[in-house]
Amino acid sequence: MRLEMHEVNVSDIQWGQRTEVRDHVLCVNREEATASVAGDERFASVRLDLARPGESVRIIPVKDVVEPRVKLKGGRGYFPGFFAPPETAGEGVTLVLKGAAVVTCGPIVAFQEGFIDMSGTGADYTPFSKTQNLVLTVEPAEGLGKHAYEEALRLAGLKLALYLAEACREASVDEIRVFDKGSITEENEKYPDLPRILYVCMAITQGLLHDTFLYSADMKTVLPTLIHPNEVLDGALVSGNCVSACDKNTTFHHVNNPVVEALYRRHGKDLNFLGVVPTVEDVRLAGKERASSMNAALARNLGAHGVIVTEEGYGNPDTDLCLNAKKCEVLGIRTVVISDEAAGTDGASQGLADATPEMSAFVSSGNVNEMIEVPPMQTVLGHPEAIANLSGGAEESLRPDGSMFVELQAVIGSTCELGFSRIGCEWI
Amino acid sequence: MTIRVVHYINQFYAGLGGEEVANKLPEGREGFVGPGMQLDALMGDGASVVGTVICGDGFYGEHTEEAREECLKLIGGFKPDLLVAGPGFNAGRYGFACGDICSTAGKALGIPTVTALYPENPGVELFAKNTVIVQAADSARGMKAALEGLARIGLKLAKGEALGPARLEGTLSRGIRKNFFFETNGAERAVAMLLDKIAGQPFRTEYEMPVFNRIPPAAPIKEMKKATIALVSSGGIVPKGNPDHIRVSSAETYGRYDISKLDDLTPETYESVHGGYDRVWASEDPDVVLPVDAMRELEREGVFAKLYDYIYTTTGTGTAVAHAERFGQEIGAQLKAAGVDGVILTST
Amino acid sequence: MTREIEKAAGIPVVQIATIVPIMLTVGSNRIVPGVAIPHPVGEPAKGPEADKKARRELLMRALEAMTTSISEQTIFERK
Repeated sequence: MRLEMHEVNVSDIQWGQRTEVRDHVLCVNREEATASVAGDERFASVRLDLARPGESVRIIPVKDVVEPRVKLKGGRGYFPGFFAPPETAGEGVTLVLKGAAVVTCGPIVAFQEGFIDMSGTGADYTPFSKTQNLVLTVEPAEGLGKHAYEEALRLAGLKLALYLAEACREASVDEIRVFDKGSITEENEKYPDLPRILYVCMAITQGLLHDTFLYSADMKTVLPTLIHPNEVLDGALVSGNCVSACDKNTTFHHVNNPVVEALYRRHGKDLNFLGVVPTVEDVRLAGKERASSMNAALARNLGAHGVIVTEEGYGNPDTDLCLNAKKCEVLGIRTVVISDEAAGTDGASQGLADATPEMSAFVSSGNVNEMIEVPPMQTVLGHPEAIANLSGGAEESLRPDGSMFVELQAVIGSTCELGFSRIGCEWI
Repeated sequence: MTIRVVHYINQFYAGLGGEEVANKLPEGREGFVGPGMQLDALMGDGASVVGTVICGDGFYGEHTEEAREECLKLIGGFKPDLLVAGPGFNAGRYGFACGDICSTAGKALGIPTVTALYPENPGVELFAKNTVIVQAADSARGMKAALEGLARIGLKLAKGEALGPARLEGTLSRGIRKNFFFETNGAERAVAMLLDKIAGQPFRTEYEMPVFNRIPPAAPIKEMKKATIALVSSGGIVPKGNPDHIRVSSAETYGRYDISKLDDLTPETYESVHGGYDRVWASEDPDVVLPVDAMRELEREGVFAKLYDYIYTTTGTGTAVAHAERFGQEIGAQLKAAGVDGVILTST
Repeated sequence: MTREIEKAAGIPVVQIATIVPIMLTVGSNRIVPGVAIPHPVGEPAKGPEADKKARRELLMRALEAMTTSISEQTIFERK
């Protein structure tokens, strides 16, 4: 499969007459952009705002972040099954507005919500303080059920991102990145001596606001399967997970999966990247056992020498993590996991809900409970009162002056277990 | 402004003798004594060992309260910005004294403290949480390295600089996790670690697997028909409105609620505030998490004698293990006092 | 929490939860596997009768676990 990523670098975002990229500025026609998503009768109102790096802006409560993309060749629209035909992603040409993002906002269930600060300490912990953000805040129609609200907002975020990219189809491209990898058989022939690595990507699949979609299929109902890394990079995975802000994999994270990128970079050099297994985090033990057994069996059948496992969430998925590591190790397949820790606000607690000796190679994406002090922001987009429902926040976390003393887990992407950022954890 | 350092040592390092002088009473002297000279030199011009407090290891161990008080007075008299104790290497009593005086002085005088001990010195386990401990060799052969460590860390602490990871600073961990930013992202670190693991090369895991405690099982109930059974839950089921504001995650409290008049939990009276699971089911019928209805039925049928009047509840997501342990201890004590015979605990 | 209650009170504590491996790791001694994370003691999707029946069965199993002598961590499965 060969995928060309045509990147248009965006270094600013402004309202404008026409939605286009001019000199790296993403201009957005506010009325047109609003109209592209306001038509859904599930919304009572829809509002768009801009949030740029360095501004004194807080966005809360964040539901998802989406990178604006569109297929130029080898497909139509984006996000197969949502706004593109349900066909295999990962080939042809994709246009990306690099440096831009759509951020969706709305209090759906109001638990374990998260925020993005565009400046100050909070900004250090999220990648979205560095993107030019178009923020979509919605109010649901009266009496709208939570499931309907979640779906409507999720779709609106994807739609808005697609609207931006579509409007900018003709933009001049700054960089082209090529992702080219054949079938497993082809690559095994080319690199017979390189260690074969499989990536098992755990996705949260546990109910309202804890869901993930693979080719628009609700992964709660799906069994682990094997896909080509290009499919991950080209929109096969969409996030319906809005809880525990710190380690939810936003749709933006999925298309920019750093494990896929890191393995791809080294493919053919010191490793042979077999592919990606999107897998589930079931709410029943039988489901966890089933998924982990299937993952290990896939790894064995593919002749993997090593497996990287990334988690999404903490708590009960720590058991899936352990089972995935254990069952591979027992087959002689070496594993490394990436996960965050819940070590308590004092850092002195046991960081995982479950453990197993086979999980001997652990990359930590940080302690979610560590407290941070964030300054007040001049502008708050969304719903400031949602602070009380932040994961790791309580009403007393928000001070009258707008500053907050909260757990890191309230910051979107702060401990992303894909290993997206350079954060880690050490003993002191 | 020169940093004022006080150095605590035992009778041996003060050159006074060995075991026969182990009961030496606390004594203060101006300037440095024994290894304090090298310590002073290593700390450079910005700091000075202005005083030394000497105490016999035996005296400190056998008359700890007195020794503490006296030594504290002597230390305080020098008006220190920093207390350095030892190095104690692997000497048990000396290690205890170093750790204890650091812990005491740190609290009482509000100054940073540092000592240097061999990892297996019993003083480490006792005091790692209360003072910074530089890793030292098991004997005075490691004196130079230990003093260098004490000087380096001592200066950082006195200047209010944050310490880095224990493994890089050469300190013994206090058992605390702290976030840091690394050179490369987690994904890159994972790939590198995996390739090393596959190749059989040494690698450093970023988090070692913990070992949990077990306890022997409690004796079974002999006669269920006469038993009082209590319900406890970590599923976050609380009276509607969450009157005690139990947190949706990372709970630091638990609630105790009277169900003596209830046959059933309904959405009118109870709700779930646990943020870590889909609450659709618990919202319609909290009994699917905290089974009051079925327990009442079984009570009426005489399967057991009585459903305890109170339920205990907290939220189990992100809850620090230390808190969970404390809840368990308190709840357990209360149930014991109330004469409860058995507990059913539900978790989500 | 289960382990600490049992230790402090000296009485049997039966934990009903879905993620058995976690209960084993944290040291619960008497374990009854629950139905599912959002509803450990019920089967609400199967209707009120089936739900109540499931709940009773689990509780009876838990009560039986309390009267059973054990020497190590034990999972009390459905018979």
